[in-house]
Amino acid sequence: MERIKSALRLAFAAAEARLGRLFPPAWNPLLNLGALGFFFYWIVTVSGIYIYVFFDTGVSQAYSSVEYMTRDQWFAAGVMRSLHRYASDALVSVMALHLLREFALDRYRGARWFSWVSGVPVVVLVYVAGITGYWLVWDRLAQYVATVSAEWLDAAGLFGEPIARNFLSPQHLSDRFFSLLVFLHIAVPLVALLLLWVHLQRIARPRINPPRGLAAGVLAAFLALALVYPAKSQGPADLLSVPTEIGLDWFYLPLFPVLERLPGPLTWSAALAVFAMFVAIPWLPPMRRPKPAAVDLANCNGCGRCFADCPYNAITMVARSDGRPFSSEARVDPALCVSCGICAGACPTATPFRRRAGLHPGIDLPERSLAALREAVHAAAARLTARPRILVFGCDFGPPLGGLESPQVGVVPLVCSGQLPPSFVDYVLSRDLAEGVVLTGCAEYACHNRFGNEWAKARMARARDPHLRERVPRHRLRILWAGPLGYGRLRETLDSFARELALTADPQPGKRNPSVLETGHA
Amino acid sequence: MPDVGRWFGQSLILAGFVTVIGFFSQRPTLVVFPPDRAQLVVSFAHGAERREACRRLTPQEIARLPPQQRRPNTCERERLPVRLVLAIDGNQVFDGVLEPTGIWGDGPSRAYLKFALPPGRHHLVLKLEDRGRGDAFAYVSEREIELGAGRRLAVDFKADAGGFLFYG
Repeated sequence: MERIKSALRLAFAAAEARLGRLFPPAWNPLLNLGALGFFFYWIVTVSGIYIYVFFDTGVSQAYSSVEYMTRDQWFAAGVMRSLHRYASDALVSVMALHLLREFALDRYRGARWFSWVSGVPVVVLVYVAGITGYWLVWDRLAQYVATVSAEWLDAAGLFGEPIARNFLSPQHLSDRFFSLLVFLHIAVPLVALLLLWVHLQRIARPRINPPRGLAAGVLAAFLALALVYPAKSQGPADLLSVPTEIGLDWFYLPLFPVLERLPGPLTWSAALAVFAMFVAIPWLPPMRRPKPAAVDLANCNGCGRCFADCPYNAITMVARSDGRPFSSEARVDPALCVSCGICAGACPTATPFRRRAGLHPGIDLPERSLAALREAVHAAAARLTARPRILVFGCDFGPPLGGLESPQVGVVPLVCSGQLPPSFVDYVLSRDLAEGVVLTGCAEYACHNRFGNEWAKARMARARDPHLRERVPRHRLRILWAGPLGYGRLRETLDSFARELALTADPQPGKRNPSVLETGHA
Repeated sequence: MPDVGRWFGQSLILAGFVTVIGFFSQRPTLVVFPPDRAQLVVSFAHGAERREACRRLTPQEIARLPPQQRRPNTCERERLPVRLVLAIDGNQVFDGVLEPTGIWGDGPSRAYLKFALPPGRHHLVLKLEDRGRGDAFAYVSEREIELGAGRRLAVDFKADAGGFLFYG
């Protein structure tokens, strides 16, 4: 399983990097899967409301009303119908990719279980909504879908009167039953939306809207598809004949031929087992749960920066409990903390200039503390013998750091690039531990911990607390957001950086290049 | 100034995405039923007689009941199973006992059977017994049917409508 996950991770990283060459980082579609899912949901909702105006819920009128939209109103209701269909398919696609990506990145364990588990029923509901939608067209495909899904539901034995009997003959199918389907097709997506709200509860600043440029491009592409290749019905349903060859929607209905052929108890058991497995995935071995961040009240002044920077709403500011003259203190909810260390990077007391024995920031990771990080800096710097010496700070999910070490280059691993307090850069350069510092990590907008590289970049650019100090000669700092496939680019960056450092001795620290040198993104 | 190459690349990616969506939204087509066959569906939901007939309560039994539950008759809930036999062109294709549904076995027995037949004339014999009397079928129906390729005949059962009903 780990190998599959690793292969998936690399595949996603490669695809993201390729798309990153075409799209601006914020627009990268693979980094906006959740937001695109919401966008498609809204397209489906708006187009659905529009076509509902023209839709007739009677059994005998449903097909003709859809045909009227498709043929007589092709330029408006027809386009809306196509958008409704295609955006639903796209929703399933991005949802599947979103799920696969989170799985590949291992972002479903520990504190992240809630988002994973709450997302599973959303998948089910989206499918239920889509399948009931196909019933409503009441064409040959609808007849097939209705019959197979009703027979499958009946196989569960939950209903006294088999649902499939509604499709036995035209006399058996009533307008009332059809109205029930319409109700289901409207109600189920609303329940899904409610669950989506739950799904986002443990996420700080969730991105539920894609960047406008990407949204406009996607909408334009789907409008073009709707005009060039409009969704069409497949002939009116006729319960006195059997659909023989139909065009399936392979996004929603790929399992229908299987459901039709295999025994109901077998398919029900398989479906329930798959559902249970998806729900249980966060707790399946191997279990990895690093210790959550811990607050050291003796060093916490209640400034709230950790609270502002935590991407998972794991920190709250509560009334002071130790009697010290501050209004509040940080409190970590261990159930929500993913141990990314971004809070430690935000803490103004997390400065390595403190006495060696006393590096105890207000908040820190017990298992990968900033004191240990300072030790790692000293150890790595001590091994550097060739000038210009460069220290690379790299996160666990960025370019691999193995193989980089040399007499000129030392590496210091971080949990997340956001774990690094800017004062560490100052410390390395002002204490002459190296001539240059490189900070590297996940590609832009692809941070494993959501905001780590974004906050790190802003802190180094002095746009977010805690700032990199003015005195730091910023031409001696390089930042590279490159992701796990960025090893080659990191090497290139190190080579060019070393050449520049060799050429530019720094007689007056802090009075040179006015901005942090950022060497690009994936 | 916009980078024309990147715009073109973005357009290509989005065009590829919607092409995949558009194609797999309706293609490839699938043969879900042999076009040279017809279909017979036999389906019903029918409650057989109760295992024990209703009987009158004795005055003593009525007196033992709480006042709000006193009634003259009592009926056991459990129903008998339904036996169904189906023969097509002289071949018995189904002979089964359909148990009553429900936790207490008091629901209707349900049948939903599908058969693919070659087109043409067929002789159907349907027998149903719901009184627990073995081969003494309460309902028997014989019918000549003619089905074209792709056609569908549905057979339902309603005791209060006289037995088997044919739709097709």
